Amino acid sequence: MATDATLQFRDPDAAREIADRIDALMADVGEPVNLMHVCGSHEQAIAKFGLRSMLPEGLAVRMGPGCPVCVTNMPEVDEAVALAEDGAIVATYGDMYRVPGTAGSLADASAAGADVEIVYSASEAVELAEENPGREVVFFATGFETTAAPTAAILAAGPPGNFSVLSAHKYVPPAMEVVAELPDTDVDGFLAAGHAATITGYGLFEAFVEEYEIPVVVGGFEPLDVLLGIERLLEHIDDGRAGLENAYPRCVSEEGNTAALETMWEVFETTSGEWRGIANIPDANLAVREEYAAYDARERFEIDPDVGAADPLTERCICGDIMAGTADPDECELFGEECTPRNPVGACMVSSEGTCKIWLEYGGRPDL
Amino acid sequence: MCLGIPGEILEIDGHEARAEFWNVEKTVRLDIVGDAVEVGDYVLNHAGFAIRKIPDEEVAETIEIYEAFLEGDEEEALEEIGATDATLEFGSRPAAVAEPGSVGAGGPDDGVGPDGTPVDGGSDDGD
Repeated sequence: MATDATLQFRDPDAAREIADRIDALMADVGEPVNLMHVCGSHEQAIAKFGLRSMLPEGLAVRMGPGCPVCVTNMPEVDEAVALAEDGAIVATYGDMYRVPGTAGSLADASAAGADVEIVYSASEAVELAEENPGREVVFFATGFETTAAPTAAILAAGPPGNFSVLSAHKYVPPAMEVVAELPDTDVDGFLAAGHAATITGYGLFEAFVEEYEIPVVVGGFEPLDVLLGIERLLEHIDDGRAGLENAYPRCVSEEGNTAALETMWEVFETTSGEWRGIANIPDANLAVREEYAAYDARERFEIDPDVGAADPLTERCICGDIMAGTADPDECELFGEECTPRNPVGACMVSSEGTCKIWLEYGGRPDL
Repeated sequence: MCLGIPGEILEIDGHEARAEFWNVEKTVRLDIVGDAVEVGDYVLNHAGFAIRKIPDEEVAETIEIYEAFLEGDEEEALEEIGATDATLEFGSRPAAVAEPGSVGAGGPDDGVGPDGTPVDGGSDDGD
């Protein structure tokens, strides 16, 4: 049953029909349109199914700061590396493993003998703590609301005393505001991430739409979901109005998952911090609240990371421009040359949700 | 990564469940799913946690929405996707499309009233 439904969300005839409507709307708009999505899963769907090839000239769909691994700041990686080098078992999602800090990555630390474990979920990190009662286990927790809520659930459930969290969790809505305000960024509409909105609800974006006068459509991740989201955004742009729509109703409600939100805000509070390559963003990082300080690695340990000079190549990396929507990966001189998934220079090449890695995997500029 | 495709709950043990996604069985935590989940229900999975219970009919409904779009019945489709049209000129959306009974706007946990007051889980209560 699920399979049949999935195939219908990939029906090529239906996709063509939506694309025709997109063509007609673009013709009516009569000028170039820049849309931004903020989710690596959207970029994967767009690249994997060749959706850009269905879009008319003049319609750009770019990925903004949609990769939590990519925006994790280098000093946060340094903290995780320092904890691993000091003898803790550091558990993290696979995407974080190779992300370079200023002095090295967790992969480097592992190669030098530190215990770094890749986990699929926060609960696996807790299992590591249960299996190693004599060791400190630190979960280097990354991701947006969809993984922050699970991390919060783990802490709220009372993990073992040798478990703690080094939070690099990010909160998307304030970052959208910052991107909308960047002087060089020109976004006519946002395709909001369906997964994050499953947690936060689409009603959250209402204030953004009103303040920035930019339409927001929450979209899903099947090809038809993405095309429909684009079509809805163009409808708003063509009408000259900034509205909010939910084009992913099978997963997203207006109020979101209130149980997950309650847990998330019980454990985390927002704090200001650097999003790598973008800006210092107010209220867009999630820090463990004082009530859960016993499980906060930053409270529990004196973390004294080595601060390296980083790789000089990173100065030529344009990840920040790519995530701000002002450049495409193939405009970077390092793309596919010095910077590859095996030897990433910038964070956008590290993660499976990073724009550069997705583009490289699907053969460069994925619009052919 | 989840794609919004229902995984079926096979068995439940406290906060944990076994679920089948695309013929693959996975362990899923139920802590934050927000609804009572039973064997046979479908859930959306993300990084080992169910983040939403998905009623079967919502998948079918969404397909109908696409079909309605393609047949040109846009008004009906707009209602069904919970279009709020928070137009700047009028400051608020038309009440007609924000009624709680609006199909597909949120499913069983959609308790938002006609005034559509959003639950702001954001920075307001975040500090």
